[in-house]
Amino acid sequence: MDLILFLTFAFVAVACAINLVLQTHPISSALSLVGVMGSLAVLYLLLGGEFIAAAQIIVYAGAIMVLFVFVIMLLNAEGEPVAMGPKLSRTLGIPLIVALAGLLAFIVHRVLPPGAGVAFGKFTGGTALDVGRKLFTDYVLPFEVTSILILIAILGAVVLARKEIH
Amino acid sequence: MTSLTAVPLSWYLTLSVILFVLGVTGFVIRRNLITAFMCIELMLNGVNLSFVAFSYELKQVDGHIYSFFVMVVAAAEAAVGLAIILAVFRSRQTLLSDEVNSMKL
Repeated sequence: MDLILFLTFAFVAVACAINLVLQTHPISSALSLVGVMGSLAVLYLLLGGEFIAAAQIIVYAGAIMVLFVFVIMLLNAEGEPVAMGPKLSRTLGIPLIVALAGLLAFIVHRVLPPGAGVAFGKFTGGTALDVGRKLFTDYVLPFEVTSILILIAILGAVVLARKEIH
Repeated sequence: MTSLTAVPLSWYLTLSVILFVLGVTGFVIRRNLITAFMCIELMLNGVNLSFVAFSYELKQVDGHIYSFFVMVVAAAEAAVGLAIILAVFRSRQTLLSDEVNSMKL
């Protein structure tokens, strides 16, 4: 069951990611990105991360993607015109990308010791209780710093996006 | 191997690698600023998956916390980045990164 769920949602994630890269219209890319994030949330659940799966849906697929779609609609973005790059980059691009992915995957397989594998229910330390307890004891300073970061980001967004008043 | 249906951890990490590399690809080949920005989010998602996978392997919750911080920073980044895109569009009436070239010789 684990294997079927993993393969299904990994396939959906990769298909949506390829679609994201290949679509020319930003709204299609945004919907593909929602697909990637949704299937990643299922994979987080398989890995025992209940809280992080919920946060993925709420924060990423909810808040951030709404922001993206909102800006796409606000700017009335249309599809980008098809233009091919130089011949060198067209012929070398895909092999180099595949080589990069292959190298990274090779390193992963080489370095990682063979473990027991991932089975659903073997790790239950990712509930909101566990994450919250860790967050407010060991990671309380980063947490507070993050709140300042968000405050600065809000101020920056307001300053950048406002209309110039003459 | 505890059971026949257990998924090797390296498969999760390979998926994370694939998503990251696809994000890099999109960032390089897309010229629409918003799509390039979405590809950055795709890269962050790929890295998050490896954090959560390692958290499972080490049976510690720290990876989830890092992943959570990545999400929060990505939210802040999205707010500022989209505001910058808005400002660029307002001053140049274009979203294509090719046409924002006033610093090019």
